[in-house]
Amino acid sequence: MNIHEYQAKAILRNFGVPVPEGHVVYNSNSARDWANRLGDGPWAVKAQIHAGGRGKGGGVKIAKTRDEVKQFARDMFGMTLVTHQTGPEGKVVKRVLVEQGCNIADEFYVSFLVDRATDKVTLMASAEGGMDIEEVAANTPEKIFFEAVDPTVGLTAFQARRVAFSLGFEIAQVKQAVPLLMNLYKTFVEADCSLLEINPLVLTGEGTLLCLDAKLNFDDNALFRHLQIRDLRDYDEEDANEIEASQYDLSYIALDGNIGCLVNGAGLAMATMDIIQHYGGDPANFLDVGGGATIERVTEAFKLILSDDKVKGILVNIFGGIMKCDVIATGVIEAAKQTGIEVPLVVRLEGTNVDKGKQMLAESGLNIIAADGMADAAEKIVAAVKA
Amino acid sequence: MSIMVDKNTKVITQGITGATGLFHAQGARDYGTKMVGGVSPGKGGTTIDGFPVFDTVEDAVAETGASASVIYVPPIGAADAIMEAVDAGLDLVICITEGVPVLDMVKVKKYMEGKKTRLVGPNCPGVITPGECKIGIMPGYIHKPGPVGVVSRSGTLTYEAVWQLSTRDIGQTTCVGIGGDPVNGTNFVDCLKMFEADPATEAVIMIGEIGGDAEEKAAEFIRDHMTKPVAAFIAGATAPSGKRMGHAGAIISGGKGGAEDKKAFLRECGVSVADSPAEMADALFKIYTP
Repeated sequence: MNIHEYQAKAILRNFGVPVPEGHVVYNSNSARDWANRLGDGPWAVKAQIHAGGRGKGGGVKIAKTRDEVKQFARDMFGMTLVTHQTGPEGKVVKRVLVEQGCNIADEFYVSFLVDRATDKVTLMASAEGGMDIEEVAANTPEKIFFEAVDPTVGLTAFQARRVAFSLGFEIAQVKQAVPLLMNLYKTFVEADCSLLEINPLVLTGEGTLLCLDAKLNFDDNALFRHLQIRDLRDYDEEDANEIEASQYDLSYIALDGNIGCLVNGAGLAMATMDIIQHYGGDPANFLDVGGGATIERVTEAFKLILSDDKVKGILVNIFGGIMKCDVIATGVIEAAKQTGIEVPLVVRLEGTNVDKGKQMLAESGLNIIAADGMADAAEKIVAAVKA
Repeated sequence: MSIMVDKNTKVITQGITGATGLFHAQGARDYGTKMVGGVSPGKGGTTIDGFPVFDTVEDAVAETGASASVIYVPPIGAADAIMEAVDAGLDLVICITEGVPVLDMVKVKKYMEGKKTRLVGPNCPGVITPGECKIGIMPGYIHKPGPVGVVSRSGTLTYEAVWQLSTRDIGQTTCVGIGGDPVNGTNFVDCLKMFEADPATEAVIMIGEIGGDAEEKAAEFIRDHMTKPVAAFIAGATAPSGKRMGHAGAIISGGKGGAEDKKAFLRECGVSVADSPAEMADALFKIYTP
């Protein structure tokens, strides 16, 4: 799960991490009010959307007067911000963060994530702050420093010092960096983050360290023990169909093609998309109904697929382990009755109770194209959609 | 022969009084697996459908002589269940549970350092040695005994590969679902090592996914250490960058972990790569004649 920058900074502040003073606003008048309360300028006015690269799209401005704060905020509200992370459709700005500006002397990069190679939380840092870290990693990997953290003791002071010295800090900054890094680690672990990224961490003209931007992603599997974090979810930032799907425990992602897919298992669902493309078709979605789907869930899955106007055909590909084929068949028949499917429907069933499932579909009176195996199924749906 | 499990493996079920745990314990017993009991704290001393139930893994091991455990405990208790099984000195622990927090697994991995237990999963379908021992949620009937080892990050896609083999009358030594989570117990290289050392395994099918670099490491191992033919498929060639496709593992960002890169590197390392998931068995038969 993602949250906004202002929410991330509030969490960091609670863990004792230095962040600029600021406040989120929902209209341009309160932007001016908050600029007043924050004291003297300059102020940073930052559009709050779940994507990086906001500055280049006009989503981050430095205001020198209170009127400018109001003007910039007014320009941002309702604007569709397009960045390299939003996709071409962009995202509409509904929240704006007004912050105290600061005098930047130098910029650094710091992040924490779980490294699959070591199975440990790892601190990554670089003096190349403000830049895209993937570029730094590709071009100058020697400029990134790593510290793998032992989960039983946490990030140690000596590791934090080692990173601080590597970044070229003077001793005065090293003394600030050590608790800052240790508190970032504490945030990562106690909030069950999957990514914590500070880019940039700045050194101000006054010699203090400050987290100027903050990105926190959380492990969805751990949200059950972080109800306050779960409440920060901003549904405006997510695809309406994906939200609908998550309410039925369906894993759904909309794509651009015209062949709807209903599959059990994430790997098989991806492979189904792959084989549709292999035979010259274009998948309209990724949809994993999961291992223990009920008739209700299968019905909802069909409704979701059919709610996409682009869908010109549907491929159901089920290899039942926990999932029983007769349950899928019942769901398909039920959904067909409820939604009145008018597009071609190809069904490939294999696994537990397969004969019963096939028989039910055959006797349903529905116009279903039965398939044997994935290749046959993909060829049939691609042909049906092109016809 | 086989890897990890055979007809003599005695298995206990952690979470046996839950609906899922009991259903699959019964299924495994029906298949012929030596399912010798289960654990459910507070229900020790009772039986459920003929399975003796114990309060702790330690008690269950002492009474039944089990060497393996399978875990169907909900995510909130899964990490603790794994550590309890490790503490009891089991050889093999298979965690089926989906949705275990990643940082719980980070602690588990640290806890397991220096211990003899092998963990498979979490978020996996389990392990099966056809005709001898089935531990997990896979449909038993699609498998048949034979010479091919199968290892996969995905559940249902493993069934697909197995089915392609079995319908061509080629059986399997052992099929291992290692699971799709970022931090897990057993990786591709662990399984490839075991298949290479197993005299009954003549060839291997490996099924990977986009994201991470586990497939690349497996490719290097195959190039440097394997004498047996290996075929592979990588799911997710059409997945858009930056989107999470159900499995935590299946995410690519910044051009890393993409399907085409993985396939190209596997080919470079001598692996026969299937372009279509319908051709996994065919890809193997290009380099291996049973």
